[in-house]
This record gives sequence, structure tokens and C-alpha cells, in this order.
Amino acid sequence: MELIIDSVSMSYGARRVLHDVTARAGTGQVLVIAGPNGSGKSTLVRMVARLARPTDGRVLWKLDGRALPATDIRRAIGMVSPDLTLYDELSAAENLRFFAQVRGLSATPEFVRSLLDRFGLGGRGGDLVRAYSSGMKQRLKYAFALMHDPPLLILDEPTANLDERGVALVHDTIAQARLRKCVVMATNEPEEVRLGDVVIQLGA
Amino acid sequence: MWSSNWVREALAVLAKDIRSEYRTRYAFSAVLLFAVTALAVVSFSVSPYSLDADVQAAFLWIVLFFSAMTGLSRSFVREEEARTAMTLRLSTAPEAVYVGKLLFNIALQGAVAAVVVPLFLVLMDVAPAHPGLLASATILGTMALASSSTIIAAIVSRANAKGAIFAVLAFPVTLPGLSSAIRATTAALRGAVGSGSALVAGAAGDLRALAAYSVLMIASSLLLFDFVWDD
Repeated sequence: MELIIDSVSMSYGARRVLHDVTARAGTGQVLVIAGPNGSGKSTLVRMVARLARPTDGRVLWKLDGRALPATDIRRAIGMVSPDLTLYDELSAAENLRFFAQVRGLSATPEFVRSLLDRFGLGGRGGDLVRAYSSGMKQRLKYAFALMHDPPLLILDEPTANLDERGVALVHDTIAQARLRKCVVMATNEPEEVRLGDVVIQLGA
Repeated sequence: MWSSNWVREALAVLAKDIRSEYRTRYAFSAVLLFAVTALAVVSFSVSPYSLDADVQAAFLWIVLFFSAMTGLSRSFVREEEARTAMTLRLSTAPEAVYVGKLLFNIALQGAVAAVVVPLFLVLMDVAPAHPGLLASATILGTMALASSSTIIAAIVSRANAKGAIFAVLAFPVTLPGLSSAIRATTAALRGAVGSGSALVAGAAGDLRALAAYSVLMIASSLLLFDFVWDD
């Protein structure tokens, strides 16, 4: 997987949020997007996830040297972000089963259970998500993001709302992911910025 | 490299929406409350015998239209308000989202019609001359309302003042389907007026128009939805 951010700019009306951002990262690399609040980190993350389009420049997603068609980009991406919310009125297991089905995966109970166990939610899969703490919801988002083994993992504020064990789990997940995936991470945590092979430092 | 079966994905969206609706009664309660209240108020304040079949038919479809306006936008609006729309965009093919939401809206409006139409017949003391024609007009009219409402709901779901915009946009788009449904329902209620063959021919034309309207709305929505949903 190769991600190419090519001279990307973004404006909302007269307000320019991003100006001429360029970067490139591939499998085995971590691209860190750092900057103060309001510097456009989340906007750039949304562009990398194809959830927003730049006003200038382009973002390219390549797999095995070929640009991915639009229909395949969605399936190549796993994302954890405060902007992504799972269904509160469904249980964690129902959420994972639903997203596995729409991603064309085999949504067997064993598959769902293994995902829940992997992210420390075993035994709580039947609980409605609205009953989850914010840290448990963040763990569930990791299960959502990684269930289809995407080649591109995008993390916006990856350790938000997590306790010490959760943070360790995420750092372990990033360490494993960087071996086989391209990881994009928007963060201000110095420890996480240091993980970056490529760092985009955005201004205020 | 990835397999895609958007029919299966659409059915998953439908099942998820039905499960969510069952847990929250987010749309069904509001729609049904409106429909039953409107029916009860009119039937208690107007003598059913004083209304012609065309007025009765218009009244029935006004209730069904505003029920649709009350409830059918919610499948999309709710995704935006609960901030799950972005999660859905990231994981699901747009056409699967559209078809899943369309099927949910057809099911919801069908359930409302299944309650409202018999209640209408009882409260207005109407014995339809052609029950089969009334059932056909109801089914095809429900399809027409759901098919137009679904794409309009997707368009307005990210706007402010969604409810008002939804009704304003939906009315002109829905009008051709609505007028065909009213004419077919009038024929089903009236029955005795005019020769049998002329009645059937006229009503058959309206039913064909309703079916064509739904096919046109669904086909154009499938073509447009990608732009509405992703941009």
C-alpha cells in the first residue's frame, strides 16, 4: 500500500485550513500528522480516508503499484476517529456483525467473538454500546477498524479516552500494524509523534 | 481483490435499520401517532356519508403523505444526528446504503398503510367496491412515496431545518405519484359509477403510472445517490 498526498489544499469559503501539503508513505511506515488544535489535522485525516475532497491537489491510494479504484479504496481503509460513531442502540456484537456483513466478510459468531476478545471486550459483546464507557467504545472502534485487515490504518487521536492498559493495547496494535500496513496517525502526543517515519507538522 | 455483493450489504443495512427501529421506535411511533390522530379527528368531525369517494381518497392519501413526511426522512437524518453516517460511508457501498434505506422506508410506510387503510375504512364507514384495486393502489402508492422520500431524505439530511425542507422538496416530486394514487383509490372506493370496463381501464392506467413513477425514481436515485451521499 502506498499513500500519496500531493500538494493538497483545503479551504472553507475564505478560510484556508490546509495549504500545499505533500507527503508519501508506504507499507511498513507510520505517517504522523501533528499540529495544534484547529491546524487541519482532522481535515487531512478525512481526506486520507476519502471522506472529504481537497479543494486543490489530490490524494492517491496505490496497491501493488496501481491506483486503487474508488470502490476499492473504502475496503482498503480502517479508521479510528472521534468523528466515527458506532450504533448506540445495538450491542457491540451486533455492530461488529453488521459492519462485517457490509464489508463482505463472513460474520460468524466466532469471528465476532475473536474480535471482541482481541480488544479486551470479551464477555461484554451483548451489552448495548450506549452502556459502554468511552474507553470501551474506543476499543470497539479498533475492532471495527481492523476487522477486515485493511492495508491502510488511519488513526485520529488514537489513544483518546483510553486508560493505561488501553494505551498499551493501542501502541501494541500500532507496532504490529506497521509491519504489514501503512499507518497514518493524527496526534499531539510526543510519544506517538516519535513513532512517525514521516511527519507532517501543520501550523495553527 | 475484495468481493462485493451489494444486495447482501443492502439487506444488512435493512436488518440493521429494522433492529434499530425496533429498539428505539424512533420513526414508527411518530408516524403512527400522526396518522391515527388525523384519521380520528376528521372522522369524528365530518359525517362520512357527506364525503364523496374522491374526497375520501384524497383524505386517505393526505394522511399517508404527511405520515411519510413525518417518518421517512428519519432513516438518513438519524444517521447524521447520531454521527454514524460517516462510519457508514467508510464501510458500505453507496448503492447498498440507498437500497437498504429504500427497503426500510417501504417496510415502514407499508406497516403504516397496513394500519391506516383498514382504520380509514372502519372510521369512515367505507366498503370499497374493488378491494383488490384498493390494495394495489395502496401498495404501489406506498412504493411511490417511499422511493421519492428516500432520495430527498438523503439530500436534506445534512441541511439545517431538515423537516421543513424535506416536506417542501418532497411535495412537488411526489405530486405525480400522489395524484395517480388518489385517482386509483377513488375508482376502488366508488366502483359503481361508470361502466366496469372504463373504470378498470382508467384505474389500470393509474396503477401503471404509479409503477412507472417508482421505477423512474428508484433508477434515477441509484444513479444520483453516489454524489448525494459522498459529496
